[in-house]
Amino acid sequence: MKTFGERNFPGRLIAVEGLDGSGKSTQIYLLKRWLEAEGVRVYFSEWNSSELVKSATSKGKKRELLSPTTFSLIHATDFADRYERHLLPLLRAGYIVLCDRYIFTAFARDVTRGCPPAWVRGIYNFAAQPDLTFFFKADLEVSLKRILDGRPKLKFFEAGMDLRLSADPYESFRIFQGRILEQYLAMSTEFNFNIIDANQRVEVQQGIVRQLVSQRIDLSLFKRESPLPLPPPLKVKPKTVELEDDPAE
Amino acid sequence: MKKKNHNTIVVPQPGPRRFYGQGIPGVKLDELVGKLIVVEGADGSGRSTQIAQLVHWLETSGHATVQVGLKRSTLVSEELERAQEGNILSRTTLSLFYATDFADQLENIILPALKAGFIVLADRYVYTLMARDMVRGMDEAWLKNVYGIAPVPDAVFYLSVEAEQLVQRNLSKNATLDYWESGMDLGLSRDVFDSFLQYQTAMQNAFRELQKTYGFTIVDANCSVDAVAKELRKKISAVLAAK
Repeated sequence: MKTFGERNFPGRLIAVEGLDGSGKSTQIYLLKRWLEAEGVRVYFSEWNSSELVKSATSKGKKRELLSPTTFSLIHATDFADRYERHLLPLLRAGYIVLCDRYIFTAFARDVTRGCPPAWVRGIYNFAAQPDLTFFFKADLEVSLKRILDGRPKLKFFEAGMDLRLSADPYESFRIFQGRILEQYLAMSTEFNFNIIDANQRVEVQQGIVRQLVSQRIDLSLFKRESPLPLPPPLKVKPKTVELEDDPAE
Repeated sequence: MKKKNHNTIVVPQPGPRRFYGQGIPGVKLDELVGKLIVVEGADGSGRSTQIAQLVHWLETSGHATVQVGLKRSTLVSEELERAQEGNILSRTTLSLFYATDFADQLENIILPALKAGFIVLADRYVYTLMARDMVRGMDEAWLKNVYGIAPVPDAVFYLSVEAEQLVQRNLSKNATLDYWESGMDLGLSRDVFDSFLQYQTAMQNAFRELQKTYGFTIVDANCSVDAVAKELRKKISAVLAAK
């Protein structure tokens, strides 16, 4: 399986993978902010976000209508929609596309749910491989703690309740996440995951991510003709104002 | 003439059952004791008429039946319909949407009915879905993998009608040609009439191609409803007796 670069796309795709609570979304957000500031043409795409397919997916989830097979197929439909309508044209146009979860999420989850690995991989074989994949590997207990500390209301499929691992959603979530982690680790060499130790501080991880991105991708090739204008530098240092909840912070 | 009473009801004999590919996880094949009969063909080939007659014949012969078709799932049929109206899905997406629709009906209707010993009549099956996608340039091996979830039916009939004849039947029924059945999304011709003829011919070729792999029965459906019905009954009787 070839990457977008190997398929001669002018654009490049960077994917992040990891368990819920591994901090991958924070890291890709910070990567996006940096690339934007560098004047790079960048687009961000999230797993399970196609407008078209969303209504069917959410109905299926709310009413617990999904089996492992239909769960897999409906997410593949969602992915295909984003892939064909957004990712491909953007990559043809020379964008750097950032994906919060890519096909490996399906490989890990669907196989954990009992779908045959060869079947799942076959479905996604229309998709090229990312040019760079980061896997954020936190200790299972750390990711679980991040998600479970707030005692959130875990959704049925999110907790893997369809697998009947445990009647307790929290216990089910623990077992389910543990199995997904095993699947991820088993494929990490095959798909060239760059494993980032997600137990480190946010800044340390982001430093590694940015360094790897600039080593592997010549960012100067992806800059806008005219970079987005930045606000003019401040001449006077503004008075520091203490704000409790400034949403911009 | 043989008098029909309860003693003459044929109890279908279970035959060997398999999936085309990987199948559905957790399904025990030997529990699927019913029969799966598929009728394929373009709109206007007489599918619905034949299926209605088969249901009548099978039920009066003492068999319980269930019908399935494309785009009838609880899960995605509405969304699929809406997406098609706007014609905004690209080909892989549309293909997977249909696969989801099929899988939902397979797991919720076809497999439970086969387990309960029903005769399932499928108004189109994976072959139409595959043929449509093949005509749109999709990879056959990819399609075969996706539809590896499908159980192999006990009988598959493809009602073959010449494209010219299909035009006549569709126009006399609806006074118009359907956008998708004319393959208008392919841009073969801006003229719906020309497009219909080209598309249906391409579909027939795709079916002939699939026939080589799947070996279904091609029924010449240019002739009368009764003649076709007679042929179907003969073959289905043999299937029920597991001959």
